[in-house]
Amino acid sequence: MTETIAATVQPGASDDVGEARSLTQDAWRSLRKNKIFWFSVLLIGLFVLMAIWPSLFTNKDPGFGDISNVRERPSSAHWFGTDTQGYDIYARTIYGARASIIVGIMASLTTLLLGGLIGVLSGFYGGWFDALLSRVTDIFYAIPLLLGGILFMASFPNGPNSSYFLVVAKVVLVLSIFGWPTIARLMRSSVLQVKPNEYVLAARALGASPWRIIRSHILPNALAPAIVVATINLGVFIVAEATLSFLGIGLTPPAISWGVAISDALSAIRTYPHVLFFPSLFLSLAVLAFILLGDAVRDAFDPKSR
Amino acid sequence: MADVILKADNLFKHYPIKGGVLRRTVGHVKAVDGVSFELQRGETLGIVGESGCGKSTLGRVLMRLEEPTSGTVNFDGVDMYSQSGSAMRKMRRDIQIVFQDPYTSLNPRKTVGDIIGEPFEIHPDVLPKGGRKAAVKELLDLVGLNPEHINRYPHQFSGGQRQRIGIARGIALRPKVLICDEPVSALDVSVQAQVINLMEKLQDELGLSYIFIAHDLSVVRHISDRVGVMYLGRMVELGTEEEIYQRPTHPYTQALLSAVPVPDPTMRGKREQIVLTGDVPSPANPPSGCRFHTRCFKAQDRCKTEDPELLSRPDGHGEHRSACLFAEPRVIVETIDVTDLEPDARFASTETVDQDAFAGGDGRLPADATSVVERSHATGESEGPLDRPNDTHRLIDNDPAEKRDPSV
Amino acid sequence: MTTTTKSAAPASSYKPDADGRLLEVDDLHVEFHTPDGIARAINGVSFDLHEGETLAILGESGSGKSVTAQAIMGILDMPPAVIPSGSIRYCGQDLLTMPEEQRRKVRGPEISMIFQDALSSLNPTFPVGWQIGEMFRQHRGMNKSDAYAQAVRLMERVAIPAAKERVKSYPHQFSGGMRQRIMIAMAIALDPAVLIADEPTTALDVTVQAQIMALLAELQEERKMGLILITHDLGVVADVADRAAVMYAGRIVARAGIEDLYAQPAHPYTRGLLESIPRLDQKGQTLAAIGGLPPNLTRIPQGCAFNPRCRMAQDICRTELPALRQVGQQQSACHFAEEVLNG
Repeated sequence: MTETIAATVQPGASDDVGEARSLTQDAWRSLRKNKIFWFSVLLIGLFVLMAIWPSLFTNKDPGFGDISNVRERPSSAHWFGTDTQGYDIYARTIYGARASIIVGIMASLTTLLLGGLIGVLSGFYGGWFDALLSRVTDIFYAIPLLLGGILFMASFPNGPNSSYFLVVAKVVLVLSIFGWPTIARLMRSSVLQVKPNEYVLAARALGASPWRIIRSHILPNALAPAIVVATINLGVFIVAEATLSFLGIGLTPPAISWGVAISDALSAIRTYPHVLFFPSLFLSLAVLAFILLGDAVRDAFDPKSR
Repeated sequence: MADVILKADNLFKHYPIKGGVLRRTVGHVKAVDGVSFELQRGETLGIVGESGCGKSTLGRVLMRLEEPTSGTVNFDGVDMYSQSGSAMRKMRRDIQIVFQDPYTSLNPRKTVGDIIGEPFEIHPDVLPKGGRKAAVKELLDLVGLNPEHINRYPHQFSGGQRQRIGIARGIALRPKVLICDEPVSALDVSVQAQVINLMEKLQDELGLSYIFIAHDLSVVRHISDRVGVMYLGRMVELGTEEEIYQRPTHPYTQALLSAVPVPDPTMRGKREQIVLTGDVPSPANPPSGCRFHTRCFKAQDRCKTEDPELLSRPDGHGEHRSACLFAEPRVIVETIDVTDLEPDARFASTETVDQDAFAGGDGRLPADATSVVERSHATGESEGPLDRPNDTHRLIDNDPAEKRDPSV
Repeated sequence: MTTTTKSAAPASSYKPDADGRLLEVDDLHVEFHTPDGIARAINGVSFDLHEGETLAILGESGSGKSVTAQAIMGILDMPPAVIPSGSIRYCGQDLLTMPEEQRRKVRGPEISMIFQDALSSLNPTFPVGWQIGEMFRQHRGMNKSDAYAQAVRLMERVAIPAAKERVKSYPHQFSGGMRQRIMIAMAIALDPAVLIADEPTTALDVTVQAQIMALLAELQEERKMGLILITHDLGVVADVADRAAVMYAGRIVARAGIEDLYAQPAHPYTRGLLESIPRLDQKGQTLAAIGGLPPNLTRIPQGCAFNPRCRMAQDICRTELPALRQVGQQQSACHFAEEVLNG
């Protein structure tokens, strides 16, 4: 009922004389008013800054372990205390952001590209092509992300001398391989929703090429949900990375990551909970930030609120 | 006469119905099931029928948005369905379509300039790049919208204005034929007339031929020169506007006409009503023989087996095409010829410029309305929105009370 | 089927007044609080409805005609809707101040409504017979089998073929016309005194529209219901209504007996509408359109809301709101109603 009301309230082009407002601008306008959006952006900004430039936050060396000072409680010298090896927890938590952020962003981007491509193609072309791609998608979709990750990482273990970036790349690869189906399915269904619109028919009637139709009509209208889910997935990938590292098959010491730190802290969880607390807190905050951002963006793009 | 621009011959469009685990074809929806007609240059051919009769599918097959199952369309001497690639693309310049829904027919993420300019992008050889913006503004002006609004987005316009934008896109490449698929049925009553008048004006100015697909028999009568009536994928009657509305010979046409309410309470109870029983059968499983026999008030045993062809049959005055074995004319609608009557200009006008597009925030005409008047003159308007004083002679010339007298 | 005592309706505690007046809407206002501001959907609407009468409320989208119906039914979503003032009296009792409990007992047995879109108004997960029977279970405390029997009786009444076999079918198994019949069956189930039909045939084909309108007229005759027909279709109104009220921007701008409304409209908007519709029974007609658009309800123009589109508008129309007043046999809210009428 209220929808019909809203529709009748909306028209009246004479209201906004001369001013052009795209849907994206409208979405931005409502995002700007959203406090949760700014909160999550602030948090994500901080984490990204930590990942790029950790020395901005701390001048301690995360690789320097002071054996005489293990498991110290937080103090002015060591804000978050020190861990079982005498490393400064604050410094290691800051430096640990890099692995999480890189893995999250890279895995999200690859799944968005791969899943998006497959979803668009199968939604747009349909027929046997769609049937084939959809079955492949289903097969990958049936394997839980973490199980796939564990299997893959256990089958191709890291050598003792594997470089940091090689290991990170491997984690990104495995998360992408098992993470794209969500995006592909979502993209396919939103392409199927956009395709029958008369503006797509109109473009076909004008003789537009499939590429042109996809690029200028389908993608701009079908992308929003996929971007929202990719943002939320970013948090999921960060958790997956931490879990793999925690299990000892993701990043392994001497690499610094929240997952590794949590794993290390486990041996003394009862007596020295602060060793576990700080890396876990940062991990949770990072995941929360991306999920909140995803939610805020979804609300802004939701056609029902337009 | 006899200058045919488009000729459809025995068009079929069947959609397979898939069923079972293996998605085998278990039947066909016979959306268009053997339709033939011709469109003369410069005329409007109305296609009427109820939902599910296949009229929209016909439009899409004619546009080649869907490939026909069989049949041919000869467009201006060329066989349309044998064209491929660039030849087909080139042909698309000459035949365009306007859609029903003003809300889904424009891409919400594009500006009006992008939308109306897209035809020029797809056919870059029509117009050099530098001239496109000017061409888009000219088109906006032609359809009665404010050319200043070129950078706005579709959601900033009303339904009627959006439909004008859709029409501008359709005529951008100066096609010879425009297929209009229910172009006014989503619009409010008071806005419908604006768009219909605009379409008539454009037809005169650009020499367009229209195929006007609609379910509203009154609108179709108003705009069409000839009319085809469809039922379950078939054309059951085809003739001039006068033949179809004044001397219908097919029982379905007669029932359809009798069901349309006339906005005249004095006719209540006096109009002949043919009430059809039941619903339209499924196009997946149409009745044998004459498809209308299951609902027809005249049906005989012959109708169940014999499939009547669309042939010229006498209508009492001459003859026109009808697909009924027992075709006979019957007057359903008492027609009044009002050709000489002018509408009362004090209450409504025949202008085709969208007033609101030029209006300020309060909906009134802007102070620089002289430019609007000039503009409307430039586009061949006889009267601008502001030259009301010039209309006064009409007030004196005509007696408005008489004009609207329903008992004429 | 033997008639059991259960099918007999309990005597209604509501009685129309001496004139047979059922419903009296007085100076009703409805606003919607939207992010874009306050949309004034209804701005002082008054009308009444008598037994056995058909009142048409005519208007375009956004005129407030559907909101009026929803306000009477008490199905407006509040918020965003707010009813700042006005009253809706049913048989003398104000529905707006009535406790919700009591009002629920009015909705269905006394006043009921049918909607434009029968498909989305029926629940797809229950058989139609169950949904019709629901009325009896809810309001009359009937058991399941009696309710089903009543459903069959009603489906037969609205001429659904093979009602007994189809009572357990689901809504999607019926055609559009049949679904609208099911909606009507539900609406008349408890023998209401007032039936509100909101664009009941807009989604239907003309031949089906004719069937449905005939059915409604027949039921009204049989049950002496007061019928409020909400529509934009001037043809349908001419065919069935006794009186009509024309709404524009949340106000009634013209009200008249049906013949006067068409033969001698006293408001420029009504005149304009009649000029602008193509007619089946005329050839060579020159269509004249009302220019412009209905106003945005968040900023209704000063003075007469129709003034920006009115070709007769003078200075007074832009400043002073014309009241609905008697002009000859009818009522019009126009400063120049006499000129329009005699025009």
